[in-house]
Amino acid sequence: MWAFIHKLGSPRWFYGMSAKMQPWFWAAAVLLLVVGSLWGLAFAPADYQQGNSFRIIYVHVPAAFLAQSIFIAMAVSGLVFMVWKIKVADMAATVMAPFGAVMTFVALFSGAVWGVPTWGTWWMWDARLTSMLILLFLYIGVIALRSAFTRRDSGSRAASVLTMVGVINIPIIKYSVDWWYTLHQTASFTLTSRPTMPTQMWLPLVIMLLGFYCFFIAITLMRTRSEILRREASKRWVQELLTDPMLSTATKKAR
Amino acid sequence: MSLHLQARGLGCERDDRWLFKGLDLDIHSGEVVRIEGPNGCGKTTLLKILSGQLSDYQGALFWNGTVMSKARDHFLANLLYLGHAPGIKLGLSPLENLAWYQALSGEKDDEEQRLNALESIGLAGFEEVPTGQLSAGQQRRVALARLTLTPRALWVLDEPFTAIDRNGIADLERQLVAHAKAGGCVLVTTHHDLPASPLLRQVALG
Amino acid sequence: MIAVKATLLRDLTLLLRRRGEILNPLVFFALVITLFPMAISPDPALLAIIAPGLLWVAALLAALLSLDSLFRSDYDDGSLEQLLLAPHSLAALSLAKVAVHWLLTGLPLALIAPLLGVMLSLPTGSYAVLALSLALGSASLSLIGAIGAALTVGLARGGVLLSLLVLPLTIPVLIFGVGAVQAAIVGSGVAAHLAILGALLAASLMLAPWAIAASLRISING
Repeated sequence: MWAFIHKLGSPRWFYGMSAKMQPWFWAAAVLLLVVGSLWGLAFAPADYQQGNSFRIIYVHVPAAFLAQSIFIAMAVSGLVFMVWKIKVADMAATVMAPFGAVMTFVALFSGAVWGVPTWGTWWMWDARLTSMLILLFLYIGVIALRSAFTRRDSGSRAASVLTMVGVINIPIIKYSVDWWYTLHQTASFTLTSRPTMPTQMWLPLVIMLLGFYCFFIAITLMRTRSEILRREASKRWVQELLTDPMLSTATKKAR
Repeated sequence: MSLHLQARGLGCERDDRWLFKGLDLDIHSGEVVRIEGPNGCGKTTLLKILSGQLSDYQGALFWNGTVMSKARDHFLANLLYLGHAPGIKLGLSPLENLAWYQALSGEKDDEEQRLNALESIGLAGFEEVPTGQLSAGQQRRVALARLTLTPRALWVLDEPFTAIDRNGIADLERQLVAHAKAGGCVLVTTHHDLPASPLLRQVALG
Repeated sequence: MIAVKATLLRDLTLLLRRRGEILNPLVFFALVITLFPMAISPDPALLAIIAPGLLWVAALLAALLSLDSLFRSDYDDGSLEQLLLAPHSLAALSLAKVAVHWLLTGLPLALIAPLLGVMLSLPTGSYAVLALSLALGSASLSLIGAIGAALTVGLARGGVLLSLLVLPLTIPVLIFGVGAVQAAIVGSGVAAHLAILGALLAASLMLAPWAIAASLRISING
């Protein structure tokens, strides 16, 4: 177990391992997203209440799921970085944050677009949308704190602490926003809380969800790899890698 | 009691630049160890690592033969650290500042001792004046009064001579040597040359 | 324990000697409350409806303003290093500092809030709950805010960043604090709201000191 953790912690090992895994996740992501969107947008039946506008669910829900999962993933990475001083975990957390913020924004934006046919307005203080908005602020806070430090290492540790504090707070915030919403309920129904959904409608949703997660993993692997190269640029193995004749001819061919 | 602070293979990397690497250091009772080197070579960082303020370094620290993480309480109970900034509140009088340090280091509240410490550092008559009204050198002296106030074996001093006048420097030099002679140990950085003494050892950094 | 008490006394003495720093958040609070009738409407009926929220938001911002200086002077003059190296728990020592912040900011804000409530025609019967909810809630705010203050103390311009980090985390306190006052106006459910505020405070008391201590150790790194 220990040996495995430390092996995982070696940027060089991670770099090699992720190179092998990355194409599979990209392939799975593309396949799932194409199948899911085609099915969801073209073949799934229209909603009896909302008509075709419900189809935005196939973007909104996966983005909202990812937005929350990524914050948790960042907190776990932060913990691993703080406890075992594994730098790869911090590099992953660094590249996850902007992607998580983008996903939160996508969830918010798709929610707003969905709001137009549903509520007749771009913005409603709906419990889910409000929680999402707060999550976006948490993401921005983590990113801003990390970049505010001149020493990268301090920035990493500060961001880790803030992410962990945030992840403890997210359920509390969610619970209190739900409470607040039930007190001041104005909308007749909330987005996505549908009692029953026919298989034809939720199966594409599951496929889209899986597709989004695969996309997230693939892009995190890719961006962590470039972060490794950036941070370890002075290390010998990186310099050997960059001057490797085999590799450089391979990249020339690719060009 | 014989004290021994040991560092093995100490390295500190700051954003891809090694301040120092593979540094071995032994500090025993009865020694004054002066760390020297040009600006920016990591003297302050080294003192911060050796006094247990920083945790992101390579290598290992031992206190009397025990790994630092296990001996930390005993180490801190023997340590007196004076940093670059004097750690003195300008809104409080020298006497009040020392009272806080007495409590912070777990000593009993003793006004007599505080007065003595201030007198020995040449601040008699300034005990009750707000520290903000004293000169920079006098403020530094309030911090240095802690050397007499709190009996600790290991002194870690970062540029203690800053802003001190010539007489004060001579007194402080004597105090460092006397502390080492009495079985304590002193770890100091300074740009000022210390007078040769059999107890003095220089360590060059960078 | 002696060290915690001494730190508490030291910070109290220091702040009491600079009374302006205690008064500033209070004046800010009063000033912001004065702005609302001018910006919205002097209509007492309308003000009465929004008064609980206005009072709470203004108090939250006032408490936040003073947070930036919580560890700042200790960081600048080197006392923070000494706190770190004291043979005591840093969490307990920082708790003493947070307690002073609450005593000299949160508590006075809670005490003058009823006065400002009168000016906003807050319905009678909710004044005690307003003060109590602010006293309880501001203690949580001090604790949560201190994490942000500890994280940003090493940064040259940490003030705005501090608000960005802390405000989202204070939303639960705000919701239940305002909820308590609104419940008092309606006449039911005050106890439940105050109980939740108490629970939030208990949770912050248990967790925040460790986060503050960890953050201070990071900030001392520069």
